[in-house]
Amino acid sequence: MTFALTPERERELVEILARYPTEHSKMAACIPALHLCQDQIGWCSDEVVTFVASRLDLPAAHVKGVVTFYSLFNQRPVGKHQLWVCRTLPCALRGAGEVLAHCEKRLGIKAGETTADGAITLRTAECLASCSTAPMIQVDKVYHENLSLPQVDTILDRLQKG
Amino acid sequence: MLKQTNYLTKVYGLPDGWTLPVYERESHGYEAARRALTTMSPADVVTEAKKANLRGRGGAGFPMGVKWSFMKPHAKKPAYLVINADEGEPGTHKDRTLMERNPHAVVEGCIIGCYAIGAHVAYIYVRDELHLSKERLWQAIREAKEKGFLGQTPFGKDYAVDVFVHTGAGAYICGEETSMLNSLEGRRGEPRLKPPFPAQSGAFGCPTTVNNLETIAAVPTAFLLGCEDFSKLSAIHTLNDGGVRLFGVNGHVNKPGVYECAVGLTLRELIYDLGGGITGGKALFAVIPGGSSTPVLRAEETVNAPDEKSPAHPWHGKSVLDVPLGVDTFRSLGTMLGTCCATVMAEGTDPVAAFHNLMQFYRHESCGQCTPCREGSGWLSRIADKLLAGTCSMQELDSLYDIASNIMGNTICAFGEGTAMPALGFLKKFRGEFEAYVRGERSGRDARLNIGSAV
Repeated sequence: MTFALTPERERELVEILARYPTEHSKMAACIPALHLCQDQIGWCSDEVVTFVASRLDLPAAHVKGVVTFYSLFNQRPVGKHQLWVCRTLPCALRGAGEVLAHCEKRLGIKAGETTADGAITLRTAECLASCSTAPMIQVDKVYHENLSLPQVDTILDRLQKG
Repeated sequence: MLKQTNYLTKVYGLPDGWTLPVYERESHGYEAARRALTTMSPADVVTEAKKANLRGRGGAGFPMGVKWSFMKPHAKKPAYLVINADEGEPGTHKDRTLMERNPHAVVEGCIIGCYAIGAHVAYIYVRDELHLSKERLWQAIREAKEKGFLGQTPFGKDYAVDVFVHTGAGAYICGEETSMLNSLEGRRGEPRLKPPFPAQSGAFGCPTTVNNLETIAAVPTAFLLGCEDFSKLSAIHTLNDGGVRLFGVNGHVNKPGVYECAVGLTLRELIYDLGGGITGGKALFAVIPGGSSTPVLRAEETVNAPDEKSPAHPWHGKSVLDVPLGVDTFRSLGTMLGTCCATVMAEGTDPVAAFHNLMQFYRHESCGQCTPCREGSGWLSRIADKLLAGTCSMQELDSLYDIASNIMGNTICAFGEGTAMPALGFLKKFRGEFEAYVRGERSGRDARLNIGSAV
C-alpha cells in the first residue's frame, strides 16, 4: 500500500521546504516531513520511508537512518493515544514510580505495551523539562503536571472513554 | 543578597502574557531591537554585547558577546543564528517557561543576534515534545512579522531577518550544538568533530552562532538597560558573570519552580528562600547544582579553595551552600553551574538508587557514535543494576572508576564527560553507601527511584 500526505499536509510540507536554503531544503525537511507522515498514520512505516525518500529526493537508507535514530519516530503502530510517564530523577524523586505503577495497574499493561483495544500505548520518557512540576505525564501533545493519583485517574478515564 | 528581579518573567502569569501587546506594554517590547537596528552598527552591537558579561545559559557558560565576535563575514556564504531550545538535561526546566510565557523575548533576541553576527535567518531548535512552546513561538513570530519587526525591513531598516522554529524528534544528544546542526540539516543527530567550530562551518556548512534559548531571551533586557548596567545587576559581575538569570529548583523542596534573580544567588537561598525549604521539614542530603551532568554536592561539604587566585577562595572553609551560583565559582568547587536548575535530595534519599536512575538515562541517550561512550554508558548502567540487585562485587564497584575515566576525553562530544562526571561525582561523595550495597548491608532501599529505562 503506498502512502501519500493529505493535500493539507502536503501544503504544509511545501511551506516547510521554503524555510531552508534552497540547495539544502529537501534534506532539512526530512524530520519535519516524517512528523507530518506520523501525524497522519501514527507511525513511520516502510511506505512512509519510501514516500519521504521519493518526495525529497533522498536515499531511502538515509530516511530510515533518521527514523531509527530518534525515539519519537514510531517504528511500529502504536495506540490511538500515547501516554508517557517521565521517569528521570527529578520526577522519580516526586513519585513518578507510583504514577507509572498506577497506570500499569489501571491499564493492565506494562510500560512499552498497548492496551488490547488499541486505545492507549503506555510509555516512559526521559526528562521532559517539567522537573519543577513533577510528577508529570504527557498525553499525545499535552503535558499534565503536578499530578496526584486521582488526577491520573481522571486522565485515564477520559482516554478510555474516547 | 537574594535579589529577585522580573525582567524576563514580568509577563509570566499575566492574561495573554505571551502576546505582543502585553510584551510591548509590560516589557518595553522590541524597543531594544529597534534601537539596535536603527542606531547601531553590527560591530557596535557586538562590542556592547560583550559588556553584558552574559555567560551562556545552556551549561558551558561561554561569554555570549565573545561568541558573537567569532563570526567573520564570508565572501560567499550566508551566516546563521541557531537557538538551542532542546532542553532535556535532567533537572532543567527553565527554557520551556520562556517559550511558553515570554516567547517575544526570544524573537526579539533573535533579531538583535542576527543583526550582530551578520545573519538573516535564525532557527530555533525546539525539542519535539514541547508542543505548546512551539505554538507560542510561531504565534510570536507571526505577530512580530505583522508589525513589521521581522521580514524584509524590520523597523524600516534594510536588513532582512526571518525566524523559524525547527523541531527534533526525541534525542537528548541534539542539545549538543553540532548534533543539533546535523539534526537541523535533516540527519541523524550525531555530533561532529570540532574543529571546525560552528563559527567557521555550522548550519549548512556556513558560519553559525549557536546560543542557548535563555541566553538569547536575555539579550533584549541587557540592551534595554545598557549592557554594562545589566552586568552590574550581578553580585559577581567582577568575575565576568553578569546580569540576571533564571534559577530552577526541583526535587524535595516545598516550592519547586523557576525564579528570576540577579546572578550570585546561593544554593541555600535557592533551596530555602525561593524553594521554600525541604519537604516534610527534613534535612538536606545532597544537591545536583545544575542538571544531572554536574557533579553532586553533599549538604555538609565545605569549600576547599586555599589558592587566593581561585574564584571560590573568598568562601574557603565555608559551606558550599553559601557560594554564589556562578560559572567560575562552581567550577572551582569541582562541579559546574550547568543550567542553574538544582535538583534537591532530602535525607533518606538513596544515592545509589539516584545514581542508577541517572546511569539508565545516559545509557538510553548515548548516540552510539563513539565506542567509549556507547559501551561505557551501558557498562555503568549494568553495574548500577547489579548494585541494586545486590550482586555487585567490590572489584566491579572499583571498575566504575576505570570505565568512567576511560570515557572522559575519548569521545567526539561532551556527552562522554556528561556521563562520566556525575558517575565519578556520586562514587566520590557516596563511596560508603556504594560499599554498603556491595557488602549486602543495604538493598534497594529507595526502589521508588528505580523506574526502568525509557520505552
